Amino acid sequence: MSENKLPETIIFRIRRLAPRRAEKPSWGEYSVTYEPGMTVLDGLWQIKERVDSTLAWRASCRMGVCGSCGMFINGRPRLGCNTQISELGTAVVTVAPLPNFPIIRDLVPDLRPMFDHHTALSPYIIRDDVDEMERPTGEFYQSAAEMERYLQFSYCIKCACCVAACPTCATDSEYPGPMALTQAHRYNTDTRDDGFEHRQEVLANEAGPWRCHFAGECSRVCPKGVDPGKAIQLMRRELVADSFGLRHKTPVAEINVKPDGIERRPGIPAAPEPTL
Amino acid sequence: MIRDQKLWTWHLAAGMLILLLLGLHMAIMHLDSLVGIFNPAGGHAIDWENVAARSQSLFFMVTYVLMLGAALFHGLYGLRNILFELGPPSPLRQSLGWALILVGLGLFVFGTWAAWASYQNTLSV
Repeated sequence: MSENKLPETIIFRIRRLAPRRAEKPSWGEYSVTYEPGMTVLDGLWQIKERVDSTLAWRASCRMGVCGSCGMFINGRPRLGCNTQISELGTAVVTVAPLPNFPIIRDLVPDLRPMFDHHTALSPYIIRDDVDEMERPTGEFYQSAAEMERYLQFSYCIKCACCVAACPTCATDSEYPGPMALTQAHRYNTDTRDDGFEHRQEVLANEAGPWRCHFAGECSRVCPKGVDPGKAIQLMRRELVADSFGLRHKTPVAEINVKPDGIERRPGIPAAPEPTL
Repeated sequence: MIRDQKLWTWHLAAGMLILLLLGLHMAIMHLDSLVGIFNPAGGHAIDWENVAARSQSLFFMVTYVLMLGAALFHGLYGLRNILFELGPPSPLRQSLGWALILVGLGLFVFGTWAAWASYQNTLSV
């Protein structure tokens, strides 16, 4: 159904649940006045403002950046703010919380299991030269080609759509899921990082990439175009190569020290002092 | 400890070995006109004379044992993964793991004994 053929009123079917009141899940139906350019998130706001102020969901930036408004829209995990109603092409829009997570209320999933796995895989730069990290004397050199190896994985906004789509996450709570594994691979691939062995302590065991069946749903649903399926396969290849001592170890990025004896050109203001 | 990484690596290696040995098996059984070297009596690959000739070969006895080990490890590790995905609690996971190891070892010992006995008997024929 194209935008021109959409009716003036769209029906939102929304899964409602308030666990603290020990309610059973139910479906609420709400009429929304459609306007061209409207997103699913806009529809939810309209319901909250005009029909039912108790409806709960999580959202922030409205522009596909913060990753807060992941929802199960018409049978697929998507960002509410990034999904045009016209794109769905249906007069009835079904909205439910992301699967594979406990539900806090209505459309608000509890993402703690995902972030627990994420934290366990140390998703940050790990280096031996802690002093340099704390009080940098220069910048870590990285070529454009080296950055290209992990760039797409760094676009992840942790919206949890990939975890909601993952068939392994649906049954195995010990599996870290596509988001956490992709971020581990993103840092393992970063030439400024030297934490492969540290992350390997987790990755090489039960909570590693071994349960992935490569269904590829994570890559299909990612709203930012990240390919977690690829990251997991690349990570497995790296770990298997490591078993045979064949892993290609890239030297850790060196520091490009600040050049000496360079005068600032007149009229160019100095950089502000660091705030941290 | 990097247990699952090693197990997965051996899982892949066993898969490759199975592919190789299964290829050999298929070639001997179905390409006997081309790979006649393994069928010294001529005729069909499953003629008794040909089967007996292969059983007398140390090479085949070794490949049988290798195939048995690779297939058992590959299959039982895959089964373990399927069972673990059903979400059993941690103690049950450990018990399942040990049960599969015992089943695998038992079948391997029995199969190896059968291959060795067959090799010994055909030598004495």
